[in-house]
Amino acid sequence: MTAQVFIPKDTTAVALGADGLALKMAQNIESRSLDAEVQRNGSRGMFWLEPMVEVKTESSRIAFGPVNASDIESVLDAIDDHLAGKSIDHSLYLGEVEKIDYLAKQQRLTFKRAGVGDPICLSQYQGLSGFKGLAKAISMTGQEIVDEIKNSGLRGRGGAAFPAGIKWQTVLDTPGEQKYIVCNADEGDSGTFADRLLMESDPYQLIEGMTIAGLAVGANQGYIYLRSEYPFAHKILNDAIKRATEAGFLGSNICESGKDFFLEVRLGAGAYICGEETSLLESLEGKRGMVRAKPPLPAIEGLFGKPTVVNNVLTLGAAATILEQGSDSYKDFGMGRSRGTLAVQLAGNVKQGGLIELAFGTTLREVVEGFGCGTHSGRPVRAIQMGGPLGAFLPESQWDTPLDYESFAEIKAMIGHGGIVVFDDTADMAAQARFAMEFCVVESCGKCTPCRIGATRGVEVIDRIVGDQDRDNNLILLHELCDTMELGSLCAMGGMTPFPVRSALTYFEEDFGINSRRDH
Amino acid sequence: MNAKNNNVDQLIEQYKTLPGGLLPLLHAIKHALGYIPESTVGSIAKGFNLSRAEVHGVISFYHDFNTQPVGHHRVQICRAEACQSMGSRQIESHAKQSLGIEYGETTSDGMVTLEPVYCLGNCACSPSIRINDDIYARVDKSRFDQLISELNMPELDKVETSS
Ligand SMILES: Cc1cc2nc3c(=O)[nH]c(=O)nc-3n(C[C@H](O)[C@H](O)[C@H](O)COP(=O)(O)O)c2cc1C
Ligand code: SF4
Ligand code: FES
Repeated sequence: MTAQVFIPKDTTAVALGADGLALKMAQNIESRSLDAEVQRNGSRGMFWLEPMVEVKTESSRIAFGPVNASDIESVLDAIDDHLAGKSIDHSLYLGEVEKIDYLAKQQRLTFKRAGVGDPICLSQYQGLSGFKGLAKAISMTGQEIVDEIKNSGLRGRGGAAFPAGIKWQTVLDTPGEQKYIVCNADEGDSGTFADRLLMESDPYQLIEGMTIAGLAVGANQGYIYLRSEYPFAHKILNDAIKRATEAGFLGSNICESGKDFFLEVRLGAGAYICGEETSLLESLEGKRGMVRAKPPLPAIEGLFGKPTVVNNVLTLGAAATILEQGSDSYKDFGMGRSRGTLAVQLAGNVKQGGLIELAFGTTLREVVEGFGCGTHSGRPVRAIQMGGPLGAFLPESQWDTPLDYESFAEIKAMIGHGGIVVFDDTADMAAQARFAMEFCVVESCGKCTPCRIGATRGVEVIDRIVGDQDRDNNLILLHELCDTMELGSLCAMGGMTPFPVRSALTYFEEDFGINSRRDH
Repeated sequence: MNAKNNNVDQLIEQYKTLPGGLLPLLHAIKHALGYIPESTVGSIAKGFNLSRAEVHGVISFYHDFNTQPVGHHRVQICRAEACQSMGSRQIESHAKQSLGIEYGETTSDGMVTLEPVYCLGNCACSPSIRINDDIYARVDKSRFDQLISELNMPELDKVETSS
């Protein structure tokens, strides 16, 4: 057979030159008359190896990476040898893809298809168990589907970790002619890209999960609220929805079931707060993204006042896997009340950054050291921020915390959407604390004073502390300000901005000029 | 200006019956004109049965919706934490200095508008920037300069392709 040469078309791979590489590779293959053709796949999420080139023959699937334009000739020589049955000697050769340590050590459920083939090819998706969960859901009652999700123990992957089955049950139980499924694809946290990777590399899984949710609760309309910072995911989702509709997996009478499910992508407009579910709903309705007070819960009065499921991309993706493989097998993964797998995203100053899907329970250290292999700069790791801009900065003493929602809550930190940002020892933690306040100023919806005004004061107070102006009193002021924000804010934007600030102060006080001569 | 407003009127017709159609409309106007002219607020308000103040309120809430024309290329620098940990603050000051503009401003030749952005989902290979719809990874000062030097005026593109 003609060998397939896969070159990913995902945002990060393309940002590292994959498009140009694919073009040149195809030209050189032709001029060499090699029995091979270039195909574009999604990414495996081993981003430090991108652009990663995979070569698939009847008997194997091998990889090279990271491949730059200047490596093309030598990589093609190696491929030539490989096709001729000779062994490969190339510095970028990585061996069999599935055996690369980084991938082999993971438990991939949600990301099992990512990077395997063409993301928008329906037959490939079906060939890899795609739409099997949907087929099962079609043969079940709404209550049976909800029971499966409940039994799986699945909790929301967007940050708040609320049990998905209970949310679905509420929507199912709330009477209403019109109900909605809303996918939260606003993925605003720095250090996160799992939603993007899933949408770009396996978009049908999200479509399948949303359709299953629609069948479960009796909703015939879905919206994907996608951040405008993801232009490529936007394109691919629209392509996938079009194809799925043409093939009868979306639209009226899906798969001859007599049920309808329509799906549309809506773009956000550059507001972090629109990731908060009620702000998101306001935005979908065409309004300012002002956070709503709860109750009423969106499950009861959500989009346009109708019962609405709002779930993160990964929660909905997991629903498809759960229906396909059964809730018992899903809940076998994990620890305590955190069941299934967590899509850890390793980012920032790290040598081997990427997507790491693991059963809950691994420690932060195992991820950063075992997978990340230290910093990109080669300097020691100083701090880790987990859970996005509202997550605490963790010093080394906390890196042995297992990745489990409850264990993280105990140390006043959070798993959130699973993003890990690594900082080396050149990081200025006072500057990071200041940035946390600054970010809150920029992104506050403006509804509550402690958040809107408090964050502005926070920036000023930190400046005074660092500038050694009446430091002791300003430190007291900063803590009081944090108390006010925590207690007087309607949502986690104002309520949790103090977490990174306080953790920086507690664990890295020397950066604020406090005890700067202390030995450590 | 009239042609512009005709165009906008058509878009309003197209989006006013769409549930929650105001954001999609604003995106469409921005896509067509590069910005949301003040002069369109009245007809948007009328089409959507809203007050002008309400439409203003929505436009001003979102970072994406600018009401002034921008340069031919939108250059966004990621300011979020993962990029900071890889030195984006230096890229940021280099960009401002080499282009001679601050965030929200356009170079005097109308070529580049510089904007901040908070995460492009490329955080495993930071620092990241976005130029129009393209994202670039592991950007340092010299890569930034190179990318800027490769930018063309759209008119020049046309001359090149038609010759
Ligand atoms: C400030 C703020 C930002 C948020 N951003 C996101 C986001 O980008 N994506 C997301 O899925 N959830 C985000 N959330 C959580 C949502 O409010 C909500 O809990 C989630 O969409 C529910 O889906 P899940 O149960 O599947 O996680 C955010 C919450 C807050 C307070
Ligand atoms: S805490 Fe901030 S973002 Fe949240 S509702 Fe209040 S003002 Fe809005
Ligand atoms: S923080 Fe810059 S791309 Fe995510």
